[in-house]
Amino acid sequence: METHEYDVLVIGAGGAGLRAAIEASAAGVKVGLICKSLLGKAHTVMAEGGVAAALANVDDRDNWKVHFADTMRGGQYVNNWRMAELHAKEAPDRVRELEAWGAVFDRTKDGRILQRNFGGHRYPRLAHVGDRTGLEMIRTLQDQGVHRGIDVYMEFTVVSLQVTDGRASGIVGYERERGRFKVFNAAAIVLATGGAGRAYKITSNSWEGTGDGHALGYQAGAELMDMEFIQFHPTGMIWPPSVQGILVTEGVRGEGGVLLNKAGRRFMFDDIPEPYRNQTADNEEEGWRYTQGDKNARRPPELLTRDHVARCIMREVKAGRGSPHGGVFLDISWIKKRLSGGAEHIKRKLPSMYHQFKELGDIDITSEPMEVGPTTHYIMGGIRVDADTQMSSIPGLFAAGECAAGINGANRLGGNSLSDLLVFGKRAGEYAAIFSRENRRVPVDPASAQGAADAALKPFAHGTGRAENPYTVQATLQDMMQSYVGIVRREDEMQHALVELAALKDRADRAGITGHREYNPGWHTAIDLENLLTVSEAITRSAIERKESRGGHFREDYPDKSPEYATFNIVTRRGPDGSMEVRRVPLPPLPPELKQIIEEQKS
Amino acid sequence: MTTAGFKVWRSDDAGGHFADYSVDVVPGMVVLDAIHQIQATQAGDLAVRWNCKAGKCGSCSAEINGNPRLMCMTRLNTLNLLEPVTVEPMRAFPLLKDLVTDVSWNYAVKKAIKPFKPRPPDAPDGTWRMQQKDVDRVQEFRKCIECFLCQDVCHVLRDHHQYDRFIGPRFLTYAAALEMHPLDAEDRVQELKDVHGVGYCNITRCCTKVCPEHITITENAIIPLKERVVDRFYDPLTRLLRVFKS
Repeated sequence: METHEYDVLVIGAGGAGLRAAIEASAAGVKVGLICKSLLGKAHTVMAEGGVAAALANVDDRDNWKVHFADTMRGGQYVNNWRMAELHAKEAPDRVRELEAWGAVFDRTKDGRILQRNFGGHRYPRLAHVGDRTGLEMIRTLQDQGVHRGIDVYMEFTVVSLQVTDGRASGIVGYERERGRFKVFNAAAIVLATGGAGRAYKITSNSWEGTGDGHALGYQAGAELMDMEFIQFHPTGMIWPPSVQGILVTEGVRGEGGVLLNKAGRRFMFDDIPEPYRNQTADNEEEGWRYTQGDKNARRPPELLTRDHVARCIMREVKAGRGSPHGGVFLDISWIKKRLSGGAEHIKRKLPSMYHQFKELGDIDITSEPMEVGPTTHYIMGGIRVDADTQMSSIPGLFAAGECAAGINGANRLGGNSLSDLLVFGKRAGEYAAIFSRENRRVPVDPASAQGAADAALKPFAHGTGRAENPYTVQATLQDMMQSYVGIVRREDEMQHALVELAALKDRADRAGITGHREYNPGWHTAIDLENLLTVSEAITRSAIERKESRGGHFREDYPDKSPEYATFNIVTRRGPDGSMEVRRVPLPPLPPELKQIIEEQKS
Repeated sequence: MTTAGFKVWRSDDAGGHFADYSVDVVPGMVVLDAIHQIQATQAGDLAVRWNCKAGKCGSCSAEINGNPRLMCMTRLNTLNLLEPVTVEPMRAFPLLKDLVTDVSWNYAVKKAIKPFKPRPPDAPDGTWRMQQKDVDRVQEFRKCIECFLCQDVCHVLRDHHQYDRFIGPRFLTYAAALEMHPLDAEDRVQELKDVHGVGYCNITRCCTKVCPEHITITENAIIPLKERVVDRFYDPLTRLLRVFKS
């Protein structure tokens, strides 16, 4: 097989992968970058609201300590504290660096980077570009990356991560255009493959979100952590059916949008969790003043954390107070009553939302409410890594961004993902480069590589005839996960999901396809399916193990938070016999100075 | 349930042909949904490029009933379903398979444009100051999702194949975003004239009409670049001054 050699190989070209590649390249090592799609099309492009960093441009009371405490509170204190600390401290520099690379953020009146309000953030903290911040970031990183001599391999699918003598040694994959297999041999490998939202039927994720890095890492022996924590974003489009799941940015609420049930009631005032009571407005007037920058006002309850808002929406729908198509109403048009030129303001601050509803839903958001409901958005769980270096338990294997675990705990705050991928993308690239200087490449075992390629070709041998259609199996899996391991979970349903998963694995093994190897989406679907099944099993087993409700994980049979469960993370790993092992790993102890910061910020 | 007929371009040994498919129509459906339905039920190997299905990544560009569009943003209820809907690949780029084209030329072109080079920071902490009104115009260009529909429809590329002499509307817009960036200190005017071929554009506005992000490519990006080239190289007074200087 054709073999390429690199010091650092980055898999994934979204924000984290690009940032890692740039950093490794800046360190002077030879870098290869593999993209599943074309460069610049990764899921980061869809991020809307902004990137969280305590720049304190809009409210000078903000600093890393507040951001750190907000992140820990949002994650319900099962976050890796060191990652949350590094993230809060380093995010401002990472954002300013983007400006030096050409990013054009919206501006404050005195010409600095503007910041907006977002759920769970105490002060306006999200640097943004209207509602297309992700596009701005990926384009900036992409343009920075291509001038640094990084070799980019577009539309390339990785089928196996190779480990030689206990060290990550390379990957096997194929280029989609011709279907030819290649081996990449590298001293250090960075996984930056994003999320796994495609395990669910209703999702905001693009086709790429099939948990590839999670599954590649797992199969190679790395540990997955926090897989039970899935973020269901409270506001996805729900009507018409073909747009179900498409994201409606939290920025709508940050700009003053309100959630209403069918009676027109702002139901978010009905349930404000205790840890947030002191910081949350108890009347509409105060909430409005907050969105308009009044520093003495507390934030409206629409800006509570995503896990909570999603559950409140579910409650309204279940109680028969939902909108016609099974969601609730999100109204931004009402601000016209408060702001002169309100319609223009909405179009300027939320241009792609305006566009999206106008073109896909025949709705003019400047004059009528949107219908929204929860959509699978993000996975807090991922590969377990060292906080400072982002290296996994396999030497030479690093992970960053959504496919790594730790910073977000049980629930991610909006805006913390774009900053996560900058901060930890950079760190992963930096430490991967150091690792590659200190450790020679180890060869990929040719027989093992050939075995991986042969296994990937199996669907061709099955043909169609009596074989399973991979598209059908994928759709069945998505329906099943949505029904049994979704927003509201129960022991019996999840046990049933495990039975279903075993049956689906059997079907996936018999997936067959037509056509040849050149650009064959049926083939890609069959390969993605294996990753989705691995990730779905890890989600389900971890969710069964956590017998409490916390953050993105809600158990109908254990609806309360349990102090016992606040002391450990749940980790899954491939056992010696190939079955999935689940264990509890104690949280690292929180240093007193950080504990004090958290206590101080509770008022 | 109603059905709609589709004629989709399929590659074959002789080049390609339109294949007929029938699709069940659901409310709000877009062309990309129809293509996915065909893939899942009738033609598993039908090649199509797509990512976000929300008009944000610019991957699913195609020609629908002859019009360059994003498949994910083209609703079936805007099309005449009494006739079959034709879906074919962008014709300005080499075909890889079915609806997928080789757009690598675009990446090569972009790399050849001089990158952003900021002026020294304005503040001691290494940051800059810019007013919103000064960034508005480059923010318009930076909305571009690189779907390359403007390139597809540009006759200089599509009909006259000037790929070696003309970078096309996408990259003129990109160059404009750099040239008009308040912090940028680089000069690309010479290259715009000699290498990037801004003079080849004869302002037919086809690019502006197909832009799914509604960027006013011709008036806001290309014409100002043409003016910069004219000011520097063709203004009679400047020319005269240059003669005297040399």
